Amino acid sequence: MIEVKNISKTFLDNKVLNNVSYTLKKGMCNLVIGRSGSGKSVFLKSVVGLHEVDQGEILFDGRDTTKMASKELKALRKEIGMVFQGGALFNSSTVEENVRYPLDMFTTMSKAEKQKRIDYCLDHVHIENAHQLFPSEISGGMQKRVAIARAIALNPKYLFFDEPNSGLDPVTAIIIDNLIQEITKELNVTTLVITHDMNSVMEIGENIMYVYQGQKWWEGNKKEIFNTNNPELNDFVFASDLFKSIKKQN
Amino acid sequence: MGKVFSKPEKHKILFRNMLQEMDKLGVGSILIIMIIMFFMGAVVTIQTALNLENPFVSKIIIGFATRDSIILEFSSTVTSVILAGIIGSNIASEIGTMRITEQLDAMEIMGVNSAGYVILPKILGMMIMMPFLVIIAMSVGILGGLASTFVIESLSVQDYLAGLQLDFSPYRVFYSLVKSDVFAIIITTVSSYHGFNARGGALEVGKAGTKGVIYSIILILVANLFITHLMLT
Repeated sequence: MIEVKNISKTFLDNKVLNNVSYTLKKGMCNLVIGRSGSGKSVFLKSVVGLHEVDQGEILFDGRDTTKMASKELKALRKEIGMVFQGGALFNSSTVEENVRYPLDMFTTMSKAEKQKRIDYCLDHVHIENAHQLFPSEISGGMQKRVAIARAIALNPKYLFFDEPNSGLDPVTAIIIDNLIQEITKELNVTTLVITHDMNSVMEIGENIMYVYQGQKWWEGNKKEIFNTNNPELNDFVFASDLFKSIKKQN
Repeated sequence: MGKVFSKPEKHKILFRNMLQEMDKLGVGSILIIMIIMFFMGAVVTIQTALNLENPFVSKIIIGFATRDSIILEFSSTVTSVILAGIIGSNIASEIGTMRITEQLDAMEIMGVNSAGYVILPKILGMMIMMPFLVIIAMSVGILGGLASTFVIESLSVQDYLAGLQLDFSPYRVFYSLVKSDVFAIIITTVSSYHGFNARGGALEVGKAGTKGVIYSIILILVANLFITHLMLT
């Protein structure tokens, strides 16, 4: 479980996060949704420690990362897997080398053990016959799946996804969503997904926070989100004609 | 800077990466250095010969002047300025691209010290390779001068070779090698710094490359002055 308590973050004079609190539940897909520029990605990067927060606490199973020494933080990061918006694969390395990277850096596994783990991770994300290809030689959806394979290579306790469906077609996006849900349940990890894709909310939204202008505006699950009276959230959820027609039908 | 020189996660991986950088940055630059220095050596010899047409000045002075020009300045400073343009922009754009595509963030999230992982092998690799490049530059430059004796009617090969051996001081080679290592540090650290701190998109990566080259060249010229003052005066 990850508890985020009253965090704020300012860039120059721009307060991007304002006193946000949120509890990420273990074994669940926790979603942070909101419009572009609402502070979702800053929230994620603050939780994982890429941004230093101005105030507040971030507790990973009781361990406050805002007060941790860099050595402790480094150790904690080995329990974290993250998939970036663009995949962030190392473009001079092959698919297999990308997945091997964390194993090379942090394990004392033998070559055979590493290969077994790489095969397991790539099988898990349904990557076949692409082990020796470079990221530029595979599709965007495959890049995301390789990034997921790399993120789970070290058996993380916490998984973070920054807009995993951006730039993907609806079918591939659903495949990625299902993969996220599958991995979360199977590995019993605490997962945080940042998204503005309502399809993802419907697919995997178990514990959702809506961020509006840097503040927590609403919290609930995917059933509750369609019956909320929160006007800003309604504007966000029912922005498309498709969702408006679904609401009318219901 | 502290992060760059902090203890690496695995020494074996640092060594492997360093060998890769030595190949990419050092070995990859040999051909261009050889081409540039061959022609530079030839041109220096021709120009020196043109300026020393006085019958009272011995012809062996041409070989002597060419040798010293190449050893003291062209092989180290000029080579480094050229390398700043070639590998400085390469380093800055490589690291800058890693920054804007979040590859460096991905390393940090895994608990890897990205600055140490990416920059340190480049610094060490170039520090090892630079003296070799300078020795190659010296040799090819002098060979270029020798080749030019075939087109200069007033200069014989024997005079040129005698000039090369006149009043030779190994300390000057040492001075040039010391300079080259300082320049290697300047090129790699300055370019890496600009790449590492690139923010935004492709345009910023390009700007980082340009800044890396400009600041490296300026610092090379300033360092050249200080080292020369310290070691030769």
